[in-house]
Amino acid sequence: MLKSWVLITLAFLGAGSAWPSEGDIALLPAGADIRDTESLQRGARNYMNYCSGCHSLKYLRYNRLAADLKIPDSELPANLMFTSDKTFDTINSAMPKDSEGWFGKQPPDLSLIARARGVDYLYSYLKGFYVDKTRPWGVNNLYLPSAAMPDVLAQLHGLQKPVFKNEPDDSGSARMVLVGVDAMTPGAMKPEEYDRFVRDIANFLDYAGEPVKDKRQSMGIFVTLFLLVFFVFAYLLKKEYWKDVH
Amino acid sequence: MATAPESAHSSNGGGLIGWIDQRFPLTKLWKEQVAEYYAPKNFNFWYYFGSLALLILVNQLVTGIFLTMNYKPSSAEAFSSIEYIMRDVDWGWLIRYLHSTGASAFFIVVYLHMFRALLYGSHRKPRELIWIFGCLIFLLLMAEGFMGYVLPWGNMSYWGAQVIVSLFGSLPVIGQSLVEWIRGDYYIADATLNRFFALHVAALPLALIFLVIAHLMALHEVGSNNPDGIEIHEHEDAEGHPLDGIPFHPYYTVKDLVGVAGFLLLFCAVIFFAPTFGGLFLESANFEPANALQTPPHIAPVWYFTPFYAMLRAVPSFAGTQVWGVLVMGASIVVLFFVPWLDRSPVRSIRYRGPIYKVMLTIFVLSFISLGICGLKPPAGIYPTLAKVCTILYFAFFLLMPWYTKFDSVKPVPERVSGHA
Repeated sequence: MLKSWVLITLAFLGAGSAWPSEGDIALLPAGADIRDTESLQRGARNYMNYCSGCHSLKYLRYNRLAADLKIPDSELPANLMFTSDKTFDTINSAMPKDSEGWFGKQPPDLSLIARARGVDYLYSYLKGFYVDKTRPWGVNNLYLPSAAMPDVLAQLHGLQKPVFKNEPDDSGSARMVLVGVDAMTPGAMKPEEYDRFVRDIANFLDYAGEPVKDKRQSMGIFVTLFLLVFFVFAYLLKKEYWKDVH
Repeated sequence: MATAPESAHSSNGGGLIGWIDQRFPLTKLWKEQVAEYYAPKNFNFWYYFGSLALLILVNQLVTGIFLTMNYKPSSAEAFSSIEYIMRDVDWGWLIRYLHSTGASAFFIVVYLHMFRALLYGSHRKPRELIWIFGCLIFLLLMAEGFMGYVLPWGNMSYWGAQVIVSLFGSLPVIGQSLVEWIRGDYYIADATLNRFFALHVAALPLALIFLVIAHLMALHEVGSNNPDGIEIHEHEDAEGHPLDGIPFHPYYTVKDLVGVAGFLLLFCAVIFFAPTFGGLFLESANFEPANALQTPPHIAPVWYFTPFYAMLRAVPSFAGTQVWGVLVMGASIVVLFFVPWLDRSPVRSIRYRGPIYKVMLTIFVLSFISLGICGLKPPAGIYPTLAKVCTILYFAFFLLMPWYTKFDSVKPVPERVSGHA
């Protein structure tokens, strides 16, 4: 009886989580791996060269990054540190405080962007810019409509054009729906090169969102193994004590 | 020769324990509450959740103390101080995840603990006060969880507080002044965060500890119920010990240790492999700092409040006020206190109850879970209707209880408990 109750409850929960949620355009899978140190190193380099001018990582310190990503401290100043000369400093942007007028809003700090939006979102976003003459910077984004950010990586991936599809709306009349982007002009990188470039940045931001993530997961394996052994001993102890209870 | 009179409750032992026993009932307390507290021998799986709730309470208190050492209860610094704990404090991330996962675990365990009482009639005479203390603990736990959720000062903290506190504004006449009094400002602000911090780390934990002690004292006064729902003290041996009872220590201390190990396996799996639990335990919108100018895309309370939140939303406004939803939500908690008197069945345990109670309890559990899902989803599609139906079913379970428990068929109750787990 009780077991069937539990099963019914679990089945119900499973059904609940399987209900589809009406979403926007599906995100592209980033395929990032937080244990891929080389990818994180490339991501850090890409970030510092292309993103850190505007976007700070104010909760991450240079020396923490160096230690976690196995980069010698001596390499930091020349290759990664552009706004500070103290390795224990947090990663600040070069933006002045009153830069709000430049883009309509202050470029956000990205320390926790991967935790707030997800790695797939970051990967998709950086691949989602398309030409839109109505926007101040001439570009818009598939995954963040009316994005305030200019397409700073356009030189690498080339320009993209929007792809529309005719879809009838509720009343049956046709309307244009934005469904994707397509390459318009070639960039400095081949598409697969650019994908890797963006994947590395997304991966690095995932690391920056929770620097302890890799350590946490590898510790978890040992904690689980210990608790399994503990469970067995606790169970045997209970059995021993309960031998005389009838 | 004048010697100190042997006091009635001193132990015979000498040494340090003997010295203490002559001044404080240490051995007496240990014997009465643990070593010679006879519990029924037939406790099953459902009886793990009491001791687990206590374990989580201790976890929350200890990790909470360590979090307080580095947390800054100010609107300017709160969010950054959490990230400081996550990144710069030694093992801070573990302490924080133990605390945040502990909050969700607390509610899971408490919901299962309450469900156990409904299964086996643990609230019935003479255990009404145990149940009432338990309901008060649940109520305080909700307040504690809500205020704790505001402290990280993420955007969901902020807007969650905004929504929940403004509920009081729907009360007639006093509503608006009450809301201002709670917030301490004209909007959710630094003053609100400060007082929520004070309540979260001092007032509410203190009240919780007192209530847990009262809960356990009442339990040990009348003795535990069991899956058969019969009194074990009706059959005692020559020494006055129940024939179907066994001392809590060592039998249930070692058994609960197995429960603790099983629980920790699941608990640590969440902490080390999925601390946000897919955005249910730590919501992704809460990784953005509080922003009074931008609401999160979809405001939903943490999962353990969503059944009640769904009931709030399910009730339409009427006569120009939204207060009815708030009243229904309040009533959904208040009705719990009356369960011992609503239940008119001649038997306690579901094992000897008829089919009607089993069906009603199943419907109740399913509607409670459905309400939880409705509260997580935006109010669109089938969810508003589902929430309305489940709100009615939730209340039907309680309000129709005096009738269906009375007329339900029952099976004969055995004299002695059947077996042990």
